[in-house]
Amino acid sequence: MIAEETTSNTAFNSQPKKFVTWLFVLSSLMCFAGLTSAYIVRKAEGNWKIFDLPQAFYYTTVLILLSSITLHLSLTNAKKGQIAKQKNYLVITIILGLGFLFGQYFAWKQLVANGIYFAGNPAESFLYVISGFHAFHIIAGIMLLLFALTGTFSKINQTKNIFRMEISTIFWHFIDILWIYLLVFLLINR
Amino acid sequence: MSDHTTHHEEHHKETFISKYVFSMDHKMIAKQYLITGIIMAVIGMVLSILFRIQLGWPDESFPFLEKVLGKWAQGGRIDPSFYMSMVTIHGTIMVFFVLTAGLSGTFSNLLIPLQVGARDMASPFINMLSYWFFFLSSVIMTWSLLIETGPASGGWTIYPPLSALPKAMPGSGLGMTLWLISMAIFVASALMGGINYISTVLNMRTKGMSMTKLPLTIWAFLLTAILGVLSFPVLFAGVILLIFDRGFGTSFYLSDIFIGGEALPNHGGSPVLFQHLFWFLGHPEVYIIIMPALGISSEIIATNARKPIFGYRAMIISLIGIAFLSFIVWGHHMFITGMNPFLGSVFMFTTLIIAVPSAVKTFNYLATLWRGNIQFTPAMLFAIGLVSLFITGGLTGIFLGNASLDINLHDTYFVVAHFHIVMGSAAMFGMFAGVYHWYPRLFGKMMDERLGYFHFWLTFIAVYCVFFPMHFMGLDGVPRRYYAFTSFDFMKEWLAVNRFISIAAILGSLAQFIFLYNFFRSIFKGKKAPQNPWNSNTLEWTAPVEHMHGNWPGEIPWVYRWPYDYSKPGHDEDFIPQNVPLSQTMSSNLPGDYGTHHGSKASH
Repeated sequence: MIAEETTSNTAFNSQPKKFVTWLFVLSSLMCFAGLTSAYIVRKAEGNWKIFDLPQAFYYTTVLILLSSITLHLSLTNAKKGQIAKQKNYLVITIILGLGFLFGQYFAWKQLVANGIYFAGNPAESFLYVISGFHAFHIIAGIMLLLFALTGTFSKINQTKNIFRMEISTIFWHFIDILWIYLLVFLLINR
Repeated sequence: MSDHTTHHEEHHKETFISKYVFSMDHKMIAKQYLITGIIMAVIGMVLSILFRIQLGWPDESFPFLEKVLGKWAQGGRIDPSFYMSMVTIHGTIMVFFVLTAGLSGTFSNLLIPLQVGARDMASPFINMLSYWFFFLSSVIMTWSLLIETGPASGGWTIYPPLSALPKAMPGSGLGMTLWLISMAIFVASALMGGINYISTVLNMRTKGMSMTKLPLTIWAFLLTAILGVLSFPVLFAGVILLIFDRGFGTSFYLSDIFIGGEALPNHGGSPVLFQHLFWFLGHPEVYIIIMPALGISSEIIATNARKPIFGYRAMIISLIGIAFLSFIVWGHHMFITGMNPFLGSVFMFTTLIIAVPSAVKTFNYLATLWRGNIQFTPAMLFAIGLVSLFITGGLTGIFLGNASLDINLHDTYFVVAHFHIVMGSAAMFGMFAGVYHWYPRLFGKMMDERLGYFHFWLTFIAVYCVFFPMHFMGLDGVPRRYYAFTSFDFMKEWLAVNRFISIAAILGSLAQFIFLYNFFRSIFKGKKAPQNPWNSNTLEWTAPVEHMHGNWPGEIPWVYRWPYDYSKPGHDEDFIPQNVPLSQTMSSNLPGDYGTHHGSKASH
């Protein structure tokens, strides 16, 4: 009986909305596929500046990996109904996310200090565009996390709480893995 | 049960704003998309008439043009740079605003929930946002026509450097900026729409509605949405880089450029890179335009031929084939960019393979029509017209897909003829067919049939008169996007043909007012539509004629059969809707039908 309700007639059915999140992830991925493909095509034409990636990128990678772990812990606690623990881990995740953003900003400052400019060789411009566009995704991810966090304070029901947690987890893990991909891509294709 | 009451309550809480403006109901959003699309189509059409006047009578002046266009037609002659702008905006409006958002947006919104048996979209809120983003982008694009320096004028493909250097020409300035802003918002709208359509089709089908019981419309909308979700982001990426080139001094697409003898600092970019990114969207985009039209015509042809669609699975597989191939053919737009000839031949190969699924679809349409009990409704005429245009335009695609021929035909009127027939007019015919067919579902009223016939025949004849002669001009080497064909002797010879085309285009446009009159008049004065005016099998005709949230008052109907049980032997009517259980139609059940009892076979 319950199974039947979830397939057709319930007022709140999270499955299609979660699917929407996955599709958004897919379209976002295509955006980065476009950028990285453009990077390869452009690089193949020569006249390409080679330089080292800023050290700060490695530290921010650690931060974003840690944030995925804490978010996972938050989600498992949410599913167990331990809202207090869920909140704590969620707050830590958001702080780690903000830390990542500051780290990226610091990395850009390192780049400028090393003479790598946004309006320079396309190799330099691409680095800023790709990392900057990823940073926008992090901001969107933090907003999703805040959305989930406000839910825990305003006492929404457990189904909605888990739903919010799940969509933000899908998105957050995506931008985490995306960053690893981008970092490896940039390292290989310098 | 509880769901039923919530829907009932919502119905009472509706205000004017929530019902007609910021509506989250997919049927209302479909109407909003349709009417916005029609307005944009009229703007696009008026632009085409203006530049057809210029092409037909390049040496004459028309004082009324100055009254309409002001400084863009001083002395009654259209300004050359404004001519380029009109061509650009005509292309942009028709491709994106009319045939992408107007067509897909209208019919995906209307039909997906109704035909799969869902109360609404996966996310009605995102669906509403999708429309309002589209509306905003339409306003910005239209507004760009009115600004001092004129709208974008580098062609709808916005190739750099004309699009990347604000100083390149008048339209490269604010006009181009507005174009980019408008299109960025449009892409967001298309993505929000697309992810909703996909999620709804895959997750919210009613009981019994398996993927192989879906109407072909839904398959077409689903694959269209998948194409959009995969290809629009790539355009977005390309446009981001373009915006940085325009305003922030980067050199992704720019290198070694001189304006007025002055060298620009940009160095190291490649304009061909933009073409790769653009056509990676651009080619799927033409299938985003035509596939919904093909889905609509499949449904209308089967219904009005009173026959099952021929080759249902072949239709699905060919749609999937077209969708897949559309991603690996973009290079055929770039044969003359100096691409490696080997790469060119790969793109040629993939391009020509598209002829196979396209031909499968065409033959299936013809086989469905063959010996059918054809009901020539206006919708059916437009659907058959689509098949005609699809064949005519498809054949010239085989010419253009050949790299060796394309080198000669590239950027000539042959290309203009090809895509206007196969993608522009055919998709427009699909849209007209859809409007005539689902008008009763949209507005609860019937459109006037006789006006529909007039509209069809005038449009059909006009389309062929306008675009067919262009093939010969193209073969003779007449280039597209020229302001006037008076400077070269060989082009002068085509002036009479150009004039003929212009007259046909003007008459064809006037015929569209028959449609507009019929459309808007019928909303108020049309005959009340019966429950199932075309005796169709799909679920949308089981929902009540008057609009309500949630589509069905009680339970959503369950589905027991495919949507094409027309003229089934043994059954007393020539259609059996999808929600009729097999146990109710024993006399017509085939041996393979689920639920058939062995005894019933003997009765045949």
